[in-house]
Amino acid sequence: MKGWTHASQGARMSVRRRFSWDQFSAVATLIPSLILLGVFVYGFIVWTGYVSLTNWNSFIPNFSFAGLQNYINVFGTFRFQSDLRNIVVFTALFIIGCLIVGMGLALLIDQRVRAEGLFRSIFIFPMAISFVVTGVIWSWILNPGTGVNLVLKAFGWKTLPSWFLSTTIVPNITLGQIQVGIPLALLAVLIAAVWQMSGFAMAVYLAGLRGISDDIKEAARIDGAGAVRMFWSIILPQLKSTTTTIVIILSAASLKVFGLIYAMTGPGQEFVTDMPSLNMFQTTFQGDQFAQGAAIAIVLLLLLAVFIIPYLISTLRQDSSS
Amino acid sequence: MKFGNALKTGAALAIALSLTTAPLAFAAQQKGDLQIFSWWTGVASSKALRGIIHVFNEQYPGIKVTNDAVAGGAGSNAKAILASRMEAGNPPGTFQVHAGGGSLLSWVQAGDMQPLNSLYQSQGWYKAFPKSLLNLLTINGKIYAVPVDMQRGNVTWYNPSVFKKYHLAVPATFQQFFADAAVLKRHGITPLALANHGNWEATLLFSDVLLGTVGPVKYDQLLTGKAPWSIPGVQAAANTFVRMMAYTNTDYSALHWQQADQLVAQGKAAMNVMGDWAQGYFTTALHLKPGVGFGWAATPGTRGVFGAVADVFGLPSKLTDKTPTLDFLKVLGSKRAQDVFNPLKGTFSPRLDSNAKLYDAYSREAMQSYKRDKLVLVIGQGAVNPGFTNSFNNAMEIFVTNHNVKQFVSALESAAQSNPLS
Repeated sequence: MKGWTHASQGARMSVRRRFSWDQFSAVATLIPSLILLGVFVYGFIVWTGYVSLTNWNSFIPNFSFAGLQNYINVFGTFRFQSDLRNIVVFTALFIIGCLIVGMGLALLIDQRVRAEGLFRSIFIFPMAISFVVTGVIWSWILNPGTGVNLVLKAFGWKTLPSWFLSTTIVPNITLGQIQVGIPLALLAVLIAAVWQMSGFAMAVYLAGLRGISDDIKEAARIDGAGAVRMFWSIILPQLKSTTTTIVIILSAASLKVFGLIYAMTGPGQEFVTDMPSLNMFQTTFQGDQFAQGAAIAIVLLLLLAVFIIPYLISTLRQDSSS
Repeated sequence: MKFGNALKTGAALAIALSLTTAPLAFAAQQKGDLQIFSWWTGVASSKALRGIIHVFNEQYPGIKVTNDAVAGGAGSNAKAILASRMEAGNPPGTFQVHAGGGSLLSWVQAGDMQPLNSLYQSQGWYKAFPKSLLNLLTINGKIYAVPVDMQRGNVTWYNPSVFKKYHLAVPATFQQFFADAAVLKRHGITPLALANHGNWEATLLFSDVLLGTVGPVKYDQLLTGKAPWSIPGVQAAANTFVRMMAYTNTDYSALHWQQADQLVAQGKAAMNVMGDWAQGYFTTALHLKPGVGFGWAATPGTRGVFGAVADVFGLPSKLTDKTPTLDFLKVLGSKRAQDVFNPLKGTFSPRLDSNAKLYDAYSREAMQSYKRDKLVLVIGQGAVNPGFTNSFNNAMEIFVTNHNVKQFVSALESAAQSNPLS
């Protein structure tokens, strides 16, 4: 083995020479994934961007230049305007919900409870289930006619919630073709989504909590900080980078959400639970309007970039400074 | 050591990555083999498909058949996968598609299908199938597909004991429908069960209402771009549809079509409008006797018209080896294979010489209507191009709750403009 002889002669080898070997092996390791990523991720992003500017809106490929016409068409539809409202509402509430529930669970588990491992597993378990399964189960639980409403009815509730079938939008401000606000139907989907992903937030928070030095907590305690003060002034600031990580990962998951909606509600009446990803799938593969589907995909990508790029820049800065 | 390890890691990484991407691409068809692509994954339909493959293997033992069925309501997922395979120039040996101006026409216009006139000539199929059906498969004088089954899209399924109890006749017109519905509603029975989880169900209902309102000739003209969607009949149909919505259950968007038919079977609802695939659900899943546990009639205003939903198979032009597909199509169109396939699937054979004794009371009656009546296509079931269908479904998703007729009709007009129907 050539590599072995080189390494064993390490003492005689110049520093510079060994360094170049390291560089070479690093590059050799990265090349396959760089090629695959280059073709299958970035290559197809460019291709999708190109298709979104063409007239390819049927089975017959038509690459004549359409300018921004597809974007204009897409933004002009009731459906896509609803999608944008839904994705913003969903992402914001999903992240807030997961952060609060995850933090709560992490704080509880951090109290050195008995059978900690068991509780940790129980809370994180939903994450192991696929979104489709979650969607089907929660669509049964929240089905207005058969699910949890039967329990509420037994407790004497008069007006039962219609969950994901509701078309009510609060506060209901007309903007463009649609009503802007929080579609109540989305709350039902949010319950399922938060149920699934808050365990993840808990696990990351727990690691963060365990990383806070006992010295700081001890010092705060000696200074007379109570539990509430300790949380707001010591623990929460120490968890800032943990929170950022959770927000980034959850926002990526949220913007791409498809399986949960597809299995649980579909686009919903008046598109109250529709998402850009669902719209893109149906436009592209059921309507065969490839250029318009590509336009939706690009808008979705830009939405993701809003979250991911600042994060990448800040991590790169941290890397180069350390 | 270090370098050797790095190489190994690199190789392992490359393999791992290639493994993760490989399953995304469908294997191309090998020479001499046959891939049959469909969305027949349900119990009855997959059994029927295996039956036909069995008949084929008896006659052509040398050809290895792969069953490439993809699950998903009304072929929604299968169509997506098929589109990506066709675009990639990697078509399956043959694939399921609905007869009419929908996907089939789009594939033909894209130059992806090969005409089958000589096959029809050699097999004597010009006489085996009615002209009315062959018209739906013919584009510019060339015939592009072989039909294997026939289903009806304009059927009202009803509960006979409910109608008997309140001394009502099954409605043949919209006027009768609303008269019956008022009585039923007074007695706490949902007049019309509706399931709309997939949204194609409301589209199907509207399609039948439109057919019953404007009649088969005008309806055909609308679907083929010969009449504009701004004609008053469309608006009248939309108004009738809104009136009907007042007589449906309110949780329709949570229900699948089987659940709507279950409401009918239980007597909680009186009627449901659904294609005759519902028949198999009544008899097989609910063990009801045709004519006793459930009844059927043409939807209001459509007596004497048959809303045809036929599964057909064609010959992709980009195939390198066409012989296995042509052999399979020969079997698919034969009396023997169709008599095996259709009773298992709960459909009936579109051949004029098919054996009526193989079918139950419902199918025999539907068969007579098919041979006698005018055939029309059904929106959402392969009648019109996918772009229009998608826009139509989007318009319906809004219309079904907001009942804004003006907005709905103008959405249909612009859908027809941006996805020309002729």
